[in-house]
Amino acid sequence: MRRLLFLLPLLLLAALAVGVGTKLLSGSDPQSLPSALIDKPLPAFDLAALPGRSDGLSTGNFGGAPMLLNVFASWCVPCLAEHPVITKLGREDGIPVLAINYKDKPEDALAWLKRNGDPYLRIGADVEGRTAIDLGVYGVPETFVIDKAGRIRYRHPGPLTPDIVDREIRPLLTELAK
Amino acid sequence: MRAPPILAALLLALTLAAPAFAVEPQEQLADPALEARARELGQELRCLVCQNQSIDDSNADLARDLRTIVRERLKAGDSNAQVLDFVTARYGDYVLLRPPLRAGTLALWFGPVVLLFAAIALLILRRRRRPAEAAPLSAEESRRLARLMDEEQAP
Repeated sequence: MRRLLFLLPLLLLAALAVGVGTKLLSGSDPQSLPSALIDKPLPAFDLAALPGRSDGLSTGNFGGAPMLLNVFASWCVPCLAEHPVITKLGREDGIPVLAINYKDKPEDALAWLKRNGDPYLRIGADVEGRTAIDLGVYGVPETFVIDKAGRIRYRHPGPLTPDIVDREIRPLLTELAK
Repeated sequence: MRAPPILAALLLALTLAAPAFAVEPQEQLADPALEARARELGQELRCLVCQNQSIDDSNADLARDLRTIVRERLKAGDSNAQVLDFVTARYGDYVLLRPPLRAGTLALWFGPVVLLFAAIALLILRRRRRPAEAAPLSAEESRRLARLMDEEQAP
C-alpha cells in the first residue's frame, strides 16, 4: 500500500484535470454571474413604447402566466445571434416574450425589429438603462423567466442557445405553468 | 545646487500623480466632501463588465452608470452603507470588491488559513510516525556480517 503512495500526486493531478476539464467543456461562461433577484418580485418600472408603437412595458404586464423577459439592443451582436431562438419561443411555442430595449436609439431599434422580425408581445424602451440596473442587468442580452405571481425565477446572462432553452428554460416553464 | 525649473516641475508632477481614474469631470459632485465619499465607494464596487476593476477605474458604460447612481444616492442623503446596500440588492455580494463575512463566504475567508493549518498538522503527524530506530543486530546476524567483511578483505 505504502509503495503505491508515489502515485498519489499523479492521481491528484488527474482529478484536478478532470475537474477543470468538465468545467471548461460544459460550455458555461465562467464570467456569468448569478442574479441577486431570484425569487424576488420584479422591481417596479414603467417604460414608454418605442415611437409609433402603443405598447410600452411595465411591471403590471407580468403575472397570470409564466413569461419571458428579454433585454436586447440593436447594437448588440449576441442579441442578433440569439434572435432566432427567441423568435421560435415566441412565435412557434407561444410563450409570451416581453422585451426591454436597452440604451438604444429608437429609430435603430425599430429598424432592427423590421429587419430581423419582432416576436415580442410588448417592448419598453429603457433609454437610460436605469430599469436594467434595477433588474441587475450587467450586459445585453439577458433573459429572465417571470412566474405567474410576477416573481423572477431565472436569469440567463448572455445569448440564449437552443441547448440552454431545452435544458433550463423549457423545464422551468413547464413547472411554472402547473 | 538648484535644479532647473523644468526638472523641479516634473518631479513635483510625479509626486503628485494620482492613479488614473475613469471618473470624468462632468460626473463629479460640486460638494468635495460628497465627491470624496463617492470616490471611496467607487473603489469598493466592482465593475461587472470588466470584473477585476472597480467602477472608478473602469471606462465601461455600466461602470459610469453606477458611478452616477452612487452620486445620486449620496446627494439624496444616503449613508455609505445604504449606497452599498442599494447596489448589492441589484447585483449581489459579487459587486463588492471586499466580500462580506457570511455563511456563504466562510470558505473564501478562512479556506487558506484552514489549508495552512491542515498542512502543518500533516507535517507534524508524519514526523511523529517516522519509523523507530532499527533493532540492533542479533548474534547470528553479527557473525554473518563479520564473515562477509572478512571475505571482502581477503580476496
